[in-house]
Amino acid sequence: MDFSQIIPSLPSLWDGMKLTLQLLALAVLGGIVLGTVLALARMSSNTVLSGLAKAYVNYFRSIPLLLVITWFYLAVPMILNWITGEFIAVGAFTSCLVAFVMFEAAYYCEIVRAGIQSISKGQLNAAYALGMNYGQAMRLIMLPQAFRKMTPLLLQQSIILFQDTSLVYAVGLIDFLNAARARGDIMGQSHEFLIFAGAVYFVISFGASTVVKRLQKRLAV
Amino acid sequence: MNYNWDWNIFFKSTGIGSEIYLDWFISGLGWTIAVALVAWIAALAIGSVLGVMRTLPGKVLPAIATAYVELFRNVPLLVQLFMWYFVVPDYLPEATQIWFKQELNPATSAYISVVVCLALFTAARVCEQVRTGIQALPRGQSAAALAVGFSIGQTYRYVLLPQAFRVIIPPLTSEFLNIFKNSSVASLIGLMELLAQTKQTAEFSANIFEAFTLATVIYFVLNMSLMTLMNLIEKKVRIPGMMGGAK
Repeated sequence: MDFSQIIPSLPSLWDGMKLTLQLLALAVLGGIVLGTVLALARMSSNTVLSGLAKAYVNYFRSIPLLLVITWFYLAVPMILNWITGEFIAVGAFTSCLVAFVMFEAAYYCEIVRAGIQSISKGQLNAAYALGMNYGQAMRLIMLPQAFRKMTPLLLQQSIILFQDTSLVYAVGLIDFLNAARARGDIMGQSHEFLIFAGAVYFVISFGASTVVKRLQKRLAV
Repeated sequence: MNYNWDWNIFFKSTGIGSEIYLDWFISGLGWTIAVALVAWIAALAIGSVLGVMRTLPGKVLPAIATAYVELFRNVPLLVQLFMWYFVVPDYLPEATQIWFKQELNPATSAYISVVVCLALFTAARVCEQVRTGIQALPRGQSAAALAVGFSIGQTYRYVLLPQAFRVIIPPLTSEFLNIFKNSSVASLIGLMELLAQTKQTAEFSANIFEAFTLATVIYFVLNMSLMTLMNLIEKKVRIPGMMGGAK
């Protein structure tokens, strides 16, 4: 084992990590926004709307993320071509981001739904009694309380998402793992670079989940 | 728009031998099931041992199990797979190395790596479920068992585990489904399981949407049938009037 080439390679590994973190941040943001919309749709009294949201969630929860990533990589450019009628070069990054947002939204939806359902119904009734409409009641009363409650769960799901971003390897995007693989091959130390990558993922995930556990204890009443 | 929809594509020849595309999907599904089932049985066995270890008195055994869980839960599955496929074989004894790398056909060595990887990865998750199941039992259960003269082994064997496993069937079901979905990473080390066959069909026939739609339907049906099966098992083993049986 010879880890000597890791330090000189840090800049290119950092480039990979930047892509991983960018993808993570955008996917978490998009996933939570879409997940919240889905959760509201699922709890709607409109049966068509709630049925559609339920089907969406069940669909994405029963197929592998890797399948979604691969499919979108091939399909997103084609779909855009149909819509706009011209060829638009969509990078692997965009198609991966779309895949992650749509896939993770199904998981975030379930967390948000549980969060909203854990707020007592009296809150919603009180908001209506004060003359608020549905939008105001959700935006000003229900969601702020629900999000405070479910922050630890949302963060935990995001740690899983952080690990799952490594799957973009399948479409050749140079994320942290792929950067480590490529660099390790060039330097002739592929084992060492892979072990290093695993260690970095471990330290970040373990550190983050320790912080989340602490947060959970502090938020618990 | 210049896409030729063709839902009959699955019955057309692949151009390789006399195979039609549907044959590829069937063989892919076969590999997916072969990976997931074998890995699941191993994960269940290892995970149960670890789960019991985490609840044992003393310090050393619970600490080992905890370290295992943290290690395998915080490293991405794909990194673990690359470790088992690219790194670990190089540190095996020489005879085993030659056998693994040269004598086995590539599909078999990829298969072994994936099964080992998924078994150990999923064992960490099973461990947590088993531990939660045991800890959810009233403390009086183990105290009573020890009081009537059971050894620790007998307490787990006859009192704690039979109850704990019944309680954790639902979370175990979702881990069981996950192992099928996770087995798709095998496509990245060249095992021709369902996703790899789908990709190959999409590339050979250029009928991307049909290929991926069929794959989605297969995964969906697989999921639904496994879930139904697990629900049946849960009902079958339920003890009326006992915890979890009341629901």
